[in-house]
Amino acid sequence: MIGDWIDIGPTTQISPGNARTLPVQGGEEIAIFHTLDNQFYALVNKCPHKHGPLSQGIVHGNVVTCPLHSWNISLKTGEALGDDKGCVPTIPIREDAGRLYLKRDALVSAKAPEATA
Amino acid sequence: MNAPNLVKIPEGDLRERLVVVGNGMAGCRAVEEILARDADRFAITIFGAEPRVNYNRIMLSPVLAGEKQFDDIVINTAEWYVENDITLVSGDPVVAIDRAAQRVTSASGRIEAYDRLLIATGSEPFIIPVPGKDLSGVVSFRDLDDVDKMLAAAANGGHAVVIGGGLLGLEAAHGLSLRGMDVTVLHLMPTLMERQLDEAAGWLLKSELERRGQTILTGADTAEILGQDGKVVGVKLKDGREIPASIVVMAVGIRPSTALARQAGLEVERGIMVDDHMVTSDPAVMAVGECVQHRGICYGLVAPLWEMCRSLADAAVAAPTGYTGSVTSTKLKVSGIDLFSAGDFSGGADCEDIVMRDAARGVYKRVIVKENKLVGAVLYGDTADGSWYFDLLKREEDVSDIREALIFGQAFAQGGGALADPNAAVAALSDDAEVCGCNGVTKGTVVSTIKGGACSLDAVRSQCKASASCGSCTGLVESLLKLTLGDDVKSGPKTLCKCTTFSHDDVRRLIVEKELKAIPQVMQELTWKTPDGCASCRPALNYYLLCAWPGEYVDDQQSRFVNERMHANIQKDGTYSVVPRMWGGVTTPDELRAIADAADKYQARLVKVTGGQRIDLFGIKKEDLPAIWGDLNAAGMVSGHAYGKSLRTVKTCVGSEWCRFGTQDSTGLGIKAEQMTWGSWMPHKFKIAVSGCPRNCAEATIKDFGVICVDSGYELHVGGNGGIHVRATDLLSKVTTEQEALDVCAAFIQLYREQAWYLERTAPWIERVGLDYVKAQLFDDPEAVAKLAERFHYSQQFMQDDPWARRAAGEDSELHQHLAEFRPFPTPLSTAQLKEAAE
Repeated sequence: MIGDWIDIGPTTQISPGNARTLPVQGGEEIAIFHTLDNQFYALVNKCPHKHGPLSQGIVHGNVVTCPLHSWNISLKTGEALGDDKGCVPTIPIREDAGRLYLKRDALVSAKAPEATA
Repeated sequence: MNAPNLVKIPEGDLRERLVVVGNGMAGCRAVEEILARDADRFAITIFGAEPRVNYNRIMLSPVLAGEKQFDDIVINTAEWYVENDITLVSGDPVVAIDRAAQRVTSASGRIEAYDRLLIATGSEPFIIPVPGKDLSGVVSFRDLDDVDKMLAAAANGGHAVVIGGGLLGLEAAHGLSLRGMDVTVLHLMPTLMERQLDEAAGWLLKSELERRGQTILTGADTAEILGQDGKVVGVKLKDGREIPASIVVMAVGIRPSTALARQAGLEVERGIMVDDHMVTSDPAVMAVGECVQHRGICYGLVAPLWEMCRSLADAAVAAPTGYTGSVTSTKLKVSGIDLFSAGDFSGGADCEDIVMRDAARGVYKRVIVKENKLVGAVLYGDTADGSWYFDLLKREEDVSDIREALIFGQAFAQGGGALADPNAAVAALSDDAEVCGCNGVTKGTVVSTIKGGACSLDAVRSQCKASASCGSCTGLVESLLKLTLGDDVKSGPKTLCKCTTFSHDDVRRLIVEKELKAIPQVMQELTWKTPDGCASCRPALNYYLLCAWPGEYVDDQQSRFVNERMHANIQKDGTYSVVPRMWGGVTTPDELRAIADAADKYQARLVKVTGGQRIDLFGIKKEDLPAIWGDLNAAGMVSGHAYGKSLRTVKTCVGSEWCRFGTQDSTGLGIKAEQMTWGSWMPHKFKIAVSGCPRNCAEATIKDFGVICVDSGYELHVGGNGGIHVRATDLLSKVTTEQEALDVCAAFIQLYREQAWYLERTAPWIERVGLDYVKAQLFDDPEAVAKLAERFHYSQQFMQDDPWARRAAGEDSELHQHLAEFRPFPTPLSTAQLKEAAE
């Protein structure tokens, strides 16, 4: 793929209901999710609450439940759901001919959310 | 240059020359659309690779299934070409396009000049690059030749393997199955047709196909196609399984055929790039069908082709209208299976899922509403409303007025204002209308039960059995409660979670009664309100199924909390802590050396002795877990399950072997208890302790199961807890031998495993059900302890398998590895490179 999209490999590397991680040198680790509905999402791998690794949470619908304190985070928007407030940056992701691509500039510039004290 | 081959235009013919590359559905449809607008505009020549007239490719499935003949699926007969003055060059594909000279060359050397060129080369099947892919008997499912090969194989019977559980693969499997073959479908993903179906609908489809005799293997990754004397004999999977086959159909997907266009220098990405008028990067060249990429999308279904062809013809010979892309829907052409999918069903924070399940009829319906518009629908078992939903979706109609009744379908939702309110619809039912099909309960019975004092769903269920089996009439019963009592409806006992109206106990009972053996099956049969559950019910169901069907149910990793998936405890910084098992809290210098070495090697940032008499290594990275486990395994240690809803530790004191007060060998009994119980999954964590005398140095009276040794035997205590609410144990019984103590321990654990709610420790469980109840369950029937213990031991034979050893050997390695690493900053250029770049 040319230009702004980075090829991160075949979709089959992430089984549905799971997430894999992509460390970015000099940047934030990215979590790439594959939902049971066969959608792919990429977020900074840090919960807006206390920086729990979202990639390790249970995925249901297009929500991930953080493994540390069970905050529910929308995979689409990165927003905390319910009464919790906070947002984690999402990285544009696209699937093309069985491979996944992440938006390069978003990948490089993504910043971790400020954790709640 | 082959001048003699150049076809001459008849003299006096002033029409523009249109050459069509591809005699398939898109090419011919485009020609039809052009002819309909202006029959005299072009002199048309169509090149086709197949040696036959144009036929309806999507109807190959019924031909394979024997429901139709080839003649039935021909779209344009030879006469059509003659009548419309079209030159058909079949069986002779175009191999080159010379855009400068505006002419094409065919395989046989025929050269044809054009004013306008239309590329409609369609797509080609994707062949997975595995050894054996070129063996005789490996076919795709694309054209009539493929069907003929499959029919020839089917004539000899035997085994067929279809690789790919998508639309095409399942239709091929259906056809071969009807033709008498023993069919196995291999699908890489866990859900069949995962592009069109969600987990729930995919599960229903899989069950139905299995009922019809097909073998469906999901998560099946093909390693190799096996052959003998150049002919296929079977398929080998990456997990080592081999499936015999005399024919292998590869139906894993299609790719736009772009080689010709690419070679001609047209702009090509995944497909041939076209604008809204189906014109390529060369204004004289158009393209249409599965070979094109329009606004970033390549289509593989027929409906978008028709829309493209209309826009193409409008632009080529009439007033341009412009194609803006298609919303697609899918139906599976397998007789007797009703399945429909359209739009986007990925959900979202701003989306609302409406789910309706009817377990008795095998129906699952899900519609997705976003900002008052229908954006997606998945229907299984009853697709009558598919076209209505598709219409609402395409027209982006505001559905807020019919929102409540949307899921019940067109007839209900549009049945007038009153009926659009489900409560009004229920009110309109007659008294003898059956509300609960499972238990044959009428509306009249339900209403009189409610009037007789049942003011909650649970009370109605227990008093008249309505909605007590599959729960699909729960909505009706809730409406009746509301109609009869208004605001006086009481909420029943806590449901398992917001996805269901059933309590933990009901779910557990129904799993056993109805023999439910998979999470999607539980959700369908018990009419779950969400498509795939939530973080509360998935782990609970996984445990309940594991407990109900030991040795049979396959643990669902995606339904486990991180610690149980990673077999280690996650810490606040995202690293893990690792605790090897120390039987009864006893260790050896060798084990300690191995632990110390591991702590050094994997840079444990803290080494801590735990309250459960073992050693915890903190700060281990998830990538290092399999390696550290391998090292600990090598020293003879296994997982301590310090992370699980499972048996944690057995704490002991030194007992009569060393202690001057010890009455029995508490250390030995503790080790035996731990060897008996390790590896068992439980509703929550479970701790055991054995103290050698009533001084109770092992703190047995705050454990889930505690043994206090006395001179005359063993006091068995249960239900202790040292957590937020400290609770001392209750005395369960007193026994005289070690064996009796172990038997009661196994029986008590099994009772707890079978009856407690998920995430309920023994302390709140005993407070909820009462100690007397537990005693009665264990001791009223003299056989009860033996029976419970037997069930526990049966289950343990499947559980006592060290998960660390499997992971260290490479199982689920992807859970521990990063996908890749991204280094965004390129290495600085050398001086020579900089110089070169400057020039």
